[in-house]
Amino acid sequence: MTQEFKPTAAGLRLAYTLQLADNILILAHRLSEWCGHGPVLEQDIALTNTALDHLGGARSLYQYAAEQFNALPDAERTAFFTSPALQQALTAKGKAEEDDLAYLRDAWDFRNVLLAEQPNDDWAFTIARSFFMDAFHYFLYQSLKESPDETIAAVAEKSLKEVSYHLKWSSEWVIRLGDGTAESKEKMQTAFDERWPYAGEIFEASEADKAALAAGYGADLAIIKSLWQERVKSVLEEAGLNMPAETWMHRGGKECIHSEHLGYILAEMQFMQRAYPGMEW
Amino acid sequence: MDLQLPQVSAVYSWLAQVKDPELPVLSILDLGIVRGVNITENGELQVTITPTYSGCPAMDVIAMNIRMALAGRGFSKVDVQLQLRPAWTTDWMSEEGKKKLKTYGIAPPQRLSASAALGLFEEDESIVCPRCNATDTRLVSRHGATACKAMYQCNVCHEPFEHFKCH
Repeated sequence: MTQEFKPTAAGLRLAYTLQLADNILILAHRLSEWCGHGPVLEQDIALTNTALDHLGGARSLYQYAAEQFNALPDAERTAFFTSPALQQALTAKGKAEEDDLAYLRDAWDFRNVLLAEQPNDDWAFTIARSFFMDAFHYFLYQSLKESPDETIAAVAEKSLKEVSYHLKWSSEWVIRLGDGTAESKEKMQTAFDERWPYAGEIFEASEADKAALAAGYGADLAIIKSLWQERVKSVLEEAGLNMPAETWMHRGGKECIHSEHLGYILAEMQFMQRAYPGMEW
Repeated sequence: MDLQLPQVSAVYSWLAQVKDPELPVLSILDLGIVRGVNITENGELQVTITPTYSGCPAMDVIAMNIRMALAGRGFSKVDVQLQLRPAWTTDWMSEEGKKKLKTYGIAPPQRLSASAALGLFEEDESIVCPRCNATDTRLVSRHGATACKAMYQCNVCHEPFEHFKCH
């Protein structure tokens, strides 16, 4: 969005919807990178099943986002996204569809938190990222299922059941590795310490978060943060791991400023639609 | 087209012919994913279904199969709506469906979903082996070939089997 443009309430709701959708699309992509590379078949399947749950949730949210976008006032619709490929498609079709939002936006139009796009690295890093994100989504969806925004509430209610299962899986891995061998413990602790500075951004309210809370359809991130911290602390304790020390936190994803990793994710994820526009299976 | 408006019950009996492509032994009614059938005045059909899991790839195929089944009955316009809320639960699976699953070799969901939230490292108690009915079975993996199933093995007959998770 151009800086001088002042978003309307509808534009902020769209931004909020995109935050929710982008977090799970990018996380789904990261998790599916493990497909065929998992340490054992069962865990490979666990990750791809989880990725598919996120992808399903993201699809529902992008459909909703496209509806919202198409209903924006003309001026805002023109200013909302600045990705050239998306703008071209919008000019040609006169409206946005879910796939346009996934495949034709450049990194600067994505609103996911930086944590979601961080690389898989080793198993412990993957688990640390999943555990932080799962615990966040678990409390977020519990709150959003009461949202007066019917679509957001429906996605949250549906996804909550799935995320409960994801959180159980990632929590058990944290405990298994933390309470495992000296090597697994060290790797798990390192992963938490390294990823911790990316966790703070989740709870920093963006303009869209603030507008959503004020209008009553969003979640209160301060409440979610304390629930999240409590859960993280109790699982790390059970795992025999230390809570990472308070430190400076990265930020930017929610404001569309990303780490270098997102560009590489998009290059892979969007390749087919960019090379062969509108192609279908 | 000379078409009498069908009864909703007739539409349901046709939907009973539509199978889950991943579990062809179950109809979409057994699975409990059909949430409503509506017939408009001009004879258009609306069928509302709910996904089992958010990303279940079978949903698109199911929607297409519903259209095809009803096209075979003379309905060229069938509107298949996807409804997320209330979220699907295995409690909606028919008893008949559970029996069919077991005969097919998949252990059906046993508990009510209200108690589906297990604590960490907790396992479903005694999932019954669909082949030899032994209760001495063990969880191999919480995840299986599709989102709705977990993998188990029987400690008595040693057969590996799938369990349709309580959800």
